[in-house]
Amino acid sequence: MADQSSHDDKAYWAANVRIIIISLVIWAVVSFGFGILLRPALSGIAVGGTDLGFWFAQQGSIIVFLALIFFYAWRMNKLDKEYGVDD
Amino acid sequence: MDQFTLNLLVVGATFALYIGIAIWARAGSTSEFYAAGRGVHPVLNGMATGADWMSAASFISMAGIIAFGGYDTSAYLMGWTGGYVLLAMLLAPYLRKFGKFTVPEFIGDRFYSQTARTVAVICLITASLTYVIGQMTGVGVAFSRFLEVEVSTGLFIGAAIVFMYAVLGGMKGITYTQVAQYVVLIIAYTIPAIFISLQLTGNPLPPLGLFADAKSTGEPLLTTLNGLLNDLGFAEYTKQKDTTLNMFLFTVSLMIGTAGLPHVIVRFFTVPKVSDARSSAGWALVFIALLYLTAPAVGAMARLNLIDTVYPNGTTSAPLAYEARPDWVKNWEQTGLLKFEDKNGDGLIDYVADGDKNEFDVNRDIITLANPEIAQLPSWVIALVAAGGLAAALSTAAGLLMAISSAVSHDLIKSQINPSISEKGELLSARIAMGVAIAVATWLGLNPPGFAAQTVALAFGLAASSIFPALMMGIFSKRINNKGAVAGMLAGLGVTLVYIFLHKGWFFVPGTNSFTDADPLLLSIKSTSFGSIGALINFAVAYFVSKSSEEPPAEIQDLVEMIRVPRGAGAAVDH
Repeated sequence: MADQSSHDDKAYWAANVRIIIISLVIWAVVSFGFGILLRPALSGIAVGGTDLGFWFAQQGSIIVFLALIFFYAWRMNKLDKEYGVDD
Repeated sequence: MDQFTLNLLVVGATFALYIGIAIWARAGSTSEFYAAGRGVHPVLNGMATGADWMSAASFISMAGIIAFGGYDTSAYLMGWTGGYVLLAMLLAPYLRKFGKFTVPEFIGDRFYSQTARTVAVICLITASLTYVIGQMTGVGVAFSRFLEVEVSTGLFIGAAIVFMYAVLGGMKGITYTQVAQYVVLIIAYTIPAIFISLQLTGNPLPPLGLFADAKSTGEPLLTTLNGLLNDLGFAEYTKQKDTTLNMFLFTVSLMIGTAGLPHVIVRFFTVPKVSDARSSAGWALVFIALLYLTAPAVGAMARLNLIDTVYPNGTTSAPLAYEARPDWVKNWEQTGLLKFEDKNGDGLIDYVADGDKNEFDVNRDIITLANPEIAQLPSWVIALVAAGGLAAALSTAAGLLMAISSAVSHDLIKSQINPSISEKGELLSARIAMGVAIAVATWLGLNPPGFAAQTVALAFGLAASSIFPALMMGIFSKRINNKGAVAGMLAGLGVTLVYIFLHKGWFFVPGTNSFTDADPLLLSIKSTSFGSIGALINFAVAYFVSKSSEEPPAEIQDLVEMIRVPRGAGAAVDH
């Protein structure tokens, strides 16, 4: 029984790490990507007197960050229940 | 009623509110002093974290830095919000599960070493103290303006108030007063922004106003601003001036510094459950985002209004005569933070990019506070902004001083130097540590290493290079051992500190620097961005030292497995 639960804990952790990696890829793409490194590539897309990269750097990335945290909190609550590890 | 009396009245009323709450919730036991008995709801905790987090740097300083830096300063916006994603996913839930009171406590237990705990205390104090210097700068600016005194006098008055305030209550007092402070500061920040956005674009929502058309020209606001800046020889607002390398590293440094700052992390020790730690981070960011989505609009619009004030007939006509200057210029001249020097003797305020010809010197830290005056808003709005700025500075200074004092009393004295110390003695030593920290920060705040937000950015670099990597590796790797963690923290902190001191002066004493941020030692990496390199060094040193020494003992590996799973997170226990 103890082995079973520690095996489940490992699977739970692996699932958690997978969700984190996906979330952090999006996190990096909107901020470091669209906001900084890829801004020249997005310069053709006009947003209110400037370009999409500027919008992501000053506004868009913050909105995506918010969505990411609440997605993660929701997804992990589900995962906690699936594995029966919620506190 | 004149502006001065109104300022006193509004600021006095908000102070009475905070002190009232602090007395009502006065800390009794040590556990309440540090972590407020863990009964704080995630939404309230998020609000309090928002107040704790948004300091003089965010409230007083950041919009001014953005106003003058344009696109480059987006690093502040992304960095100081993006760190919450890291906190929510990489640190907060596991540290809550661990269930102790302070960050050094976790590092000491996870790396089974009192040395690691002591090194963590040193890292924490270095980062937090630097942060408090930035707060003192902001407090000095705010008090100097609203009491109409010189900036150094404002600083001394502010320091005295911070001392009384922080020493009075513990964490619980701070949690509930910080909820009140959040409400005051967010109202104070958004109301003038809404007024100004309506004036300039007709759109009541500042984040939308930033990308809307300006009433004056019918063109987008940012296009209008770019045009005016061009006329005066400044670089365009939306253009990148900094190198991509530095901007990238700066953003990284602010993000991981956010996740490594002890006074923010301890917030997540105070929620009832692990799942609450995740959502608390989200709620904190909701309340922070309200200000951070407004700040870029405040910055751009303030710059536009500033140029309009100096060039009332357009940038192609003659500027305003000094004799005809508006009251807000006179008011700020008294503080010494705004200066006019008639270089060509024509009596006009020439505000241009060329440093040899420019006659108008505006300290970045005054923009947010002066903004409602520049836009000629009603006097109660001006008073409200003064109260908001002080709320922001006080709440963060208090949170930081808590982190410093608990590190000294709990992690150094109680656990190492004198374990038999009484609760009373522990609280007394915590309060003495606060007093010393305030005195040092005030002294260094007289000649700060930069504008408030820049000084604070240095603190983030220090936290990024020392605490964040140790915490993250402690959770995500079972292989990092005591030797690796200690070597990593010392290497990361040491290298970053030396790089900062080389550029900002040794121990921030002015004139002892060998380089400047305009011409930095390595590539284009400014001292404010170096925290990300320090973090990299920390990770690498910890990895290789651990790899070449023994594995952590089995019970430590079990501990790591335990904190990764929420099940069974009870109340915290003191040892």
